[in-house]
Amino acid sequence: MRWIAWLLAAAFLGGIVHIVTVLALPAAATRDAYSRLAGATTENAVTLLPQPTPEQKLLPYMDPAFAVAICRFDLAQGPLKLQVPLTQAYTSITFYTRQGTVFYAINDQAAGRRAIELDFMTAAQRAALQDDEEVTAADRLIVEAPTETGLIALRALAPEPGMLPAVRGALGSARCGPPPPP
Amino acid sequence: LRLLIGILFTFAFAAATGLGATWLAVSHGYGFGDVTLGPWRAMPRSGSTSIDPFARAALARSGELPLGSGDGIAFFARTDGVGQPLDGRCEVTLSGLTPVARYWTLTLYDAEGGLVPNALGRHGFTSAETVRASDGRFRIVIAPRSRPGNWLPSGGVQQYVLALRLYDSTVGVATHVGRDAALPTLERGACP
Repeated sequence: MRWIAWLLAAAFLGGIVHIVTVLALPAAATRDAYSRLAGATTENAVTLLPQPTPEQKLLPYMDPAFAVAICRFDLAQGPLKLQVPLTQAYTSITFYTRQGTVFYAINDQAAGRRAIELDFMTAAQRAALQDDEEVTAADRLIVEAPTETGLIALRALAPEPGMLPAVRGALGSARCGPPPPP
Repeated sequence: LRLLIGILFTFAFAAATGLGATWLAVSHGYGFGDVTLGPWRAMPRSGSTSIDPFARAALARSGELPLGSGDGIAFFARTDGVGQPLDGRCEVTLSGLTPVARYWTLTLYDAEGGLVPNALGRHGFTSAETVRASDGRFRIVIAPRSRPGNWLPSGGVQQYVLALRLYDSTVGVATHVGRDAALPTLERGACP
């Protein structure tokens, strides 16, 4: 009888251990996407990632038909401006928090004709912005970041392998950095 | 002494089951809200802020960057239609239709998410380069040696994973199994 009580207590404790470790794992992970890209990318600038090959990959399960560029952001110094030229086939921008959660994604269909342009800032920076200048919000796309650091992934599709150099070239001319002075 | 043994046993058992369950859940990537269509499985919530803790832990461990929900959806297959693991030494035929999407890509990976070396240097197909029949159906043969038509080299690896990614597609969290979306079938042919 006593052993059953011990066993129940053990199972209960085991459940707690399970839940706590699952919740703590993302914060403790040292091989997550952000950590893997930290050494290969520059902060608040666009870095074009090498195409995955059988010999080397920066991240697992990358789509080889796509060119990928990363802007590793830190909004502590102020807002960022993002300009991504559109390619022939398909272009998308995905925003990730430091923990790897997607908080915003946009593709070329939802954007203008020749480029995707947006301002990227924290909620506090946006509030400050509205205080000291007249914002014409209608023609301006503003994305709010829930965390100060994270990743922006720019992806562009090469429908055929021969188009990859052109697509990589276009993506390489994307810009991510502090907005130019007015 | 009985008390001490009891406490020690309880702690050891708790640690073993708790950590074991976490390892199982994270390495197999179980999550809530998965969409399963035949051998294909997708986790549409992993591309949004409504991602569950299990999927988040699994992604943190694997190091993947998931597709955003507004971008596309990725389906993964590790077995064929009847549940046999995908073996690179066999011939596997992928055929049928894909759900509505602006583009799709099919990619072959090894079990760790890396590309498989092959003489052709081909690791997948995009919707633009796949040769189709007049009714829109297509057939891609995954085999170690060259085949006529759409041939995806398997490199002869013991086990591989297929990823079918639909870009700018309406398939998502609300998709019902088999009713709203038809994914291509996977059929195993000749095996050495």
